[in-house]
Amino acid sequence: MTQIGFFPGCSLKGTSSEYAQSIFTLSKMVGINLVEIEDWNCCGASTVHNINNKLSVTLPARILTLAKQQKLTEIVAPCAACYNRLCIAQHQLKINKFLRNQLFETFQICIDNNISILNIIQYIEKYIFEKIKEKIIYFFKYPVVCYYGCLLVRPHKILNFDRLEDPQSMDNLMKKIGALPIDWAYKTECCGGGFSVSRTDIVVKLCGEIIKDAINKGAEAIIVACPMCQSNLDTRRSCINNYLHKKTNIPVIYITQAIGLAIGIKKKDLGFKKLFVKPTFI
Amino acid sequence: MVDKKNILRVKVSNSIGINVDKCYQCGKCSAGCPVSGNMDFTSSVMMRMIQIGEEIIDKQILRSQTIWVCISCGICLSRCPMEIDIPEIIDYLRQCSLEKKMQNKKSERNIIPFHYSFLNSIKYTGRIYEIGVAVEYKLRTFNFFQDLSLAFYMFIKGKLPLFPNIIKNRKHLSFFFKKYKK
Ligand code: SF4
Ligand code: SF4
Repeated sequence: MTQIGFFPGCSLKGTSSEYAQSIFTLSKMVGINLVEIEDWNCCGASTVHNINNKLSVTLPARILTLAKQQKLTEIVAPCAACYNRLCIAQHQLKINKFLRNQLFETFQICIDNNISILNIIQYIEKYIFEKIKEKIIYFFKYPVVCYYGCLLVRPHKILNFDRLEDPQSMDNLMKKIGALPIDWAYKTECCGGGFSVSRTDIVVKLCGEIIKDAINKGAEAIIVACPMCQSNLDTRRSCINNYLHKKTNIPVIYITQAIGLAIGIKKKDLGFKKLFVKPTFI
Repeated sequence: MVDKKNILRVKVSNSIGINVDKCYQCGKCSAGCPVSGNMDFTSSVMMRMIQIGEEIIDKQILRSQTIWVCISCGICLSRCPMEIDIPEIIDYLRQCSLEKKMQNKKSERNIIPFHYSFLNSIKYTGRIYEIGVAVEYKLRTFNFFQDLSLAFYMFIKGKLPLFPNIIKNRKHLSFFFKKYKK
């Protein structure tokens, strides 16, 4: 059984447990054992860098130090915010020798520059897809839009993942399971991220525009790979409907849930029950 | 004569190594910014204001809503022809504003207390304990009724753990906070 490090992050342990469930179910199908990094802490997500720059590097650096101590050479970070913060910390410590020494001397933080950090799409491409290709039984033949958001693609110089303005990786994966990904304008627009509680008005407006374009382009589902995007577009739907003066029922589905359905995994094992907006068409 | 060292234009260059003079006011950053409409002045105007290098204008920036409503989405940096890292400049300005106690009054009622509630959850448990963050945020903002029904539905769906998930080596983490005095 292949062993790969796993960094769930706070969302996957709580507000987005259905995402975690679908990832574990898929991984089990292909015989991958995801090993959770022991005693991990919060990466600081979209918040800490606002008020404490050094801490925002130190927190993810501690996680990478633990990964190194636990002899993990590759880790999957399914939450786009965690993926983003881990990559930025690794980059900062790579280029800033002074900071690297300082963190080592004060906190015994020492990270491996070569540890590879995978986001969920890279993980699926590298480990999952080849092995489940033959198992696809129900083609997910719906028109969908793939929503990448900010954190998977920016800052491009550091993450170096996919294309900056018009990424294709999720669209390609969705095509392979039979879906019809639509070209649309909001692929990498912002959903309002961490403002869900503090500036709900901004989140509702930005999500409203995203949902409006998805519906106008004829999509039946929005496919996502980030717990924050999913939660803003899904759990805030009643406010978004008020903003749009319209009852919308387009579901927001994790890419792992869509792939799971295609290979015949039951809805309940993919956490579909936890979605606020029900995908009634499936 | 003002001490030039304390002008934001110089501080940004010395502390984070970004030369604001490279900005030639094309406006692409503001055009793509999702929250331009919620700012008191947009990112490109802010760049011009820093370039001018006057103390009064610097204070206006540090007291602005602009630096707090920026969501750090990174669109401005990705589209800037001069590759100026505006999100990093704004991160730096927020911290200057806190240090000088010049936080924007409106943001002090929502965005800033949320950041602190979030930070405290990490400080005490090592991870995010959603209910803890929500309670502290409500206490800080006196906004007791916000999102109660949402929280209820999230709880029903099993998305809101009742108890915090505390890490073992909390000492290591509290040492970070002690060193950074936050
Ligand atoms: S995009 Fe860059 S050069 Fe253009 S106005 Fe903004 S900061 Fe200045
Ligand atoms: S990072 Fe901030 S200033 Fe730049 S586009 Fe996004 S919200 Fe606007």
